[in-house]
Amino acid sequence: MSAVVAERPVQRYVEHVMGMPISLALRGRHTADARALDAWAEAMATLHDVDRVFSTYRADSHVSRLDRGEITLATCPPELLEVLALGERWRQDSGGAFDVRRGDASGTFHLDPSGVVKGWAVERAARPLRLLAGTDFCLSAGGDMVCAAGAESVPWRVGVEDPHDVAAVAAVVPVRNGAVATSGLAHRGAHITDARTGRVPTRVASVTVVAEDLVRADLDATAAFALDGEAAAWLSGRGSTGVVVWADGRREVIAP
Amino acid sequence: MVNGLDRGARRIVFGALSTVTVVVLLFGYRTSTEGPGTTAALPAVTPATTTESSDTTPRSTPSTPSAPKATRSATAVPSTKTVVTGDQEQTQWGPVQVELTITGGSITSVAVPVYPNGNGRDAQINSFALPQLVQETISAQSASIDMISGATVTSDGYLRSLQSALDKAGL
Repeated sequence: MSAVVAERPVQRYVEHVMGMPISLALRGRHTADARALDAWAEAMATLHDVDRVFSTYRADSHVSRLDRGEITLATCPPELLEVLALGERWRQDSGGAFDVRRGDASGTFHLDPSGVVKGWAVERAARPLRLLAGTDFCLSAGGDMVCAAGAESVPWRVGVEDPHDVAAVAAVVPVRNGAVATSGLAHRGAHITDARTGRVPTRVASVTVVAEDLVRADLDATAAFALDGEAAAWLSGRGSTGVVVWADGRREVIAP
Repeated sequence: MVNGLDRGARRIVFGALSTVTVVVLLFGYRTSTEGPGTTAALPAVTPATTTESSDTTPRSTPSTPSAPKATRSATAVPSTKTVVTGDQEQTQWGPVQVELTITGGSITSVAVPVYPNGNGRDAQINSFALPQLVQETISAQSASIDMISGATVTSDGYLRSLQSALDKAGL
């Protein structure tokens, strides 16, 4: 890299919520002062609040209680319906491969909007960071991130993990303002399935999507991964940008 | 690190607990099924993956003092479902309305009969570049990488991840 703009030092923070690491990178005017720390605390508070409402691991979350029929829609936060509406949109767009309803071993369907919540939540959590004047940020939740960099800055350089060698990167994406999300099974095993069949994808190793916002990037990546062999064609058909790494090691850039 | 806790974030999540109407939907997303600048009416689709209950007892709409109007959908499977339709709301993207089908007290279908198609971000300049494939896998440090996007890393696995190395390096 022959940088024409002087690189500014990056201040980094890490905390954990929802069972995953939240990494923040800041550079520019507010990286370690009270404003920066307040914004970071506010971002984490948002994620903790979201976890209390949406976690399927917490028996007392609104999602768990709604799934058990203990509470009604009228007593759920409106944000839950916003998430369900987003999930429905991507269910339709993916022909049913993506679904917030998930069957268990006995064939009973449970509400699991986790596939929608992360990207949606990180977009919300990033709001206080956007208010930091003269400051670039990149906020990542377990590998899915929102990035913002001013016109005077260099873009953030996001490495796409190689699903066949998680100690290496398979691609690099320069992002000034946007989001990057990757779906795959490298770290958590078979947690993504085609909702129509219950099958775990086998032909695709990972799908990375770059988009204006993390709601779209995350949902597109997850739905495309669930579509397995159709992942690249589906992303191309909707004008998305990204990288598909296939199980056989081939890499394919998806351009709009 | 607690100074910001009482600010908007908390109110954002818990601000309005008594309505099923979704006020703010960030539908700035464009798909190939949409035309520009029009409002589409999506069908209320029951997902193929949902197993219909054999319960034949009609369920009533959850009733609370502020419950929204409930209508029996003409297209719903008879007597086993209740369709709850929220009021149409204006958002920065246009009008939005959400409709839920409830069977046996659980959500079996979510439909958005009215939502905006205008993409409020059309004017925004494309501000990310195409991904560049790396010919040979290389370490994060040698490629001047700021962050790592990958399959979701758990807190347990974080310490072994590339992102962890970046965070520790403070580069």
